[in-house]
Amino acid sequence: MSILIDKDTKIIVQGLTGKTGSFHTEQALAYNGTQMVAGTHPKKGGTSWRGSNGETLPIYASVAEAREATGATASVIYVPPAGAAAAIEEAIDAGIELITCITEGVPVQDMVRVKEKLGTSRSRLVGPNCPGLMTPDECKIGIMPGSIFKKGSVGVLSRSGTLTYEAVYQTTTAGLGQSSAVGIGGDPVKGTEFIDILELFLADPETKSIIMIGEIGGSAEEDAAQFLIDEAKRGRSKPTVGFIAGRTAPPGRTMGHAGAVISGGKGGAEDKIAAMEAAGIRVSPSPAKLGETLVEFLKA
Amino acid sequence: MNIHEHQAKEVLKTFGAPVAQGVAITSLDEAEAAVAALPGPVWVVKSQIHAGGRGKGRFKELGPDAKGGVRVSFSRDEALENIREMLSKTLVTKQTGPAGKQVNRLYVEAGAEIERELYLSILVDRETGRASFVASTEGGMDIETVAEETPERIHTVAILPSAGCTEADADALADALELDGTAREQGTALFRALYDAFTSKDMSLLEINPLIVTKSNDIQVLDAKVSFDGNALFRHPDILEYRDKTEEDEKEIEASRYDLAYIALDGEIGCMVNGAGLAMATMDIIKLYGGEPANFLDVGGGATTEKVTAAFKIITSDPNVKGILVNIFGGIMRCDVIAEGVVAAVKDVGLTVPLVVRLEGTKVEEGKKIINESGLNVIAADDLDDAARKIVKAVKG
Repeated sequence: MSILIDKDTKIIVQGLTGKTGSFHTEQALAYNGTQMVAGTHPKKGGTSWRGSNGETLPIYASVAEAREATGATASVIYVPPAGAAAAIEEAIDAGIELITCITEGVPVQDMVRVKEKLGTSRSRLVGPNCPGLMTPDECKIGIMPGSIFKKGSVGVLSRSGTLTYEAVYQTTTAGLGQSSAVGIGGDPVKGTEFIDILELFLADPETKSIIMIGEIGGSAEEDAAQFLIDEAKRGRSKPTVGFIAGRTAPPGRTMGHAGAVISGGKGGAEDKIAAMEAAGIRVSPSPAKLGETLVEFLKA
Repeated sequence: MNIHEHQAKEVLKTFGAPVAQGVAITSLDEAEAAVAALPGPVWVVKSQIHAGGRGKGRFKELGPDAKGGVRVSFSRDEALENIREMLSKTLVTKQTGPAGKQVNRLYVEAGAEIERELYLSILVDRETGRASFVASTEGGMDIETVAEETPERIHTVAILPSAGCTEADADALADALELDGTAREQGTALFRALYDAFTSKDMSLLEINPLIVTKSNDIQVLDAKVSFDGNALFRHPDILEYRDKTEEDEKEIEASRYDLAYIALDGEIGCMVNGAGLAMATMDIIKLYGGEPANFLDVGGGATTEKVTAAFKIITSDPNVKGILVNIFGGIMRCDVIAEGVVAAVKDVGLTVPLVVRLEGTKVEEGKKIINESGLNVIAADDLDDAARKIVKAVKG
């Protein structure tokens, strides 16, 4: 078992013909045969895409058409920021169940509009501005480097792309491996929150423990901590290690993207760490000790 | 992107918001004409800097007893005197830090007769994923203090994007602000105008503090702070015209030319990292081992060799930098691209401080090979922990 994706997941690439889309589709195809089944481009329908290793995929003019032809249930979006929201909306309209938007720099108010539409649909969106999802040895959606993964028991979820890789790398080195890994993305308005993924990890029998990586800004970590407290009361809990990036960030400045801004003492690192510890999460003081902290926690 | 108060009012005026008559000036030559253009009897001279707390701020050059960064004047002569005293001086407020900010422009505005001061803002609430109004009868003061001390006086109204600011939303806001008569009529029109401005110009924050009710029960925007979503500026060339580069750090301007997220800090270890989260975590771990980061720098996902070279140059141009840590975990970013950029930059600008490089992820072997074969004096690190220890040791000894 795993969450959201496995070896049977069929994926359409929106923005396959661009440089980024091409590169990462080649990587996905090379990763244990992830089923990338088609690409879309409004003006190139009927043609085909050829990767640098000679792989080919059919291109359809729309997501609806590609879905009809391939039976795909998932899509991944690599289109530039100006067109990303429209791409998500197209995928929602086509009834895609799992939409992953990798694109960084999507205007916030575009996402406000998309979020309302998502609320009345059956689609789940992961991202935007995220690295995607992985189920080791089975399926790779997005840009995570496949080589650092190892099939195993840790569920990894993170707001930060590259810190997801740290957690994966460290749990691989520690010999634990991952059940699935999900980068939910750092933007303020996004499709999937920590709670949504925690729910899935708690329900997944193959996930024996969890690493959750947050950062300063907002209250998603506090919400997640409260969720874990509530679930523990219902008898559902798994050993969880956490980390909050930005303990040393100066207040009032946005670090990199709109995800990490602290103002007026709200969304600060110390508040989040306290909330997580109160929920029984073991918070690692160092981003380099996520795997080690989890191993120790599991031994105790 | 932030803009000045007078620019914010100019934008809001085009959406029909009531603002006072005013003139912005950047030199003393313009002062007389500006003051003469306003009827009086009250002229308000306001420092235009991208920082709050101007009224209570103090000018560095004028001593502690001089008046603050916003001055009410009751004659043309007094207004002119204030302009002469304020222009090009350094204003220190609680938001500028002790160094303060040079006041390169002033806004001279017609004074208003204030009956009540209110607070009104719009922002995107990340919890609901919607644009929300925040309204309070406690205007003219720090809203965070109000939120802490009297949270019952803060009202929020979330707007459904497909419906926009409805009559019911506007009524709820008018109730929250205790508006009646003409002020209520003007207020409900203003709420819609502001929501229209916020959405059509891709603002990330629109804050009016205070929004005033005058003695004649009219509504007026007395102060306005507007920030725009940097990711949406591509569709607002008119807003880009408002950018004031004198308000920005030189290195930060250079970084923005290359689409790098860079923030200057006070420490001695320069950092080049991919991803905002990893960049913050790198700063955290440097501190954990006793060092101080000199900057936050996220090269982003789509970095090219040119971009990496530019990033490296920006870091080395900071005289406080005593060592550099490059920490890359490649996903969308490829380690070979980073390596090529680092090698090119070092060959271009030289290397006088220790450089620790940690590469992992996509194309890591190719990246390490490029660094190893370059002949550069680079300290290689195996993982994040190793990298942080090595750079702190190299800098601190």
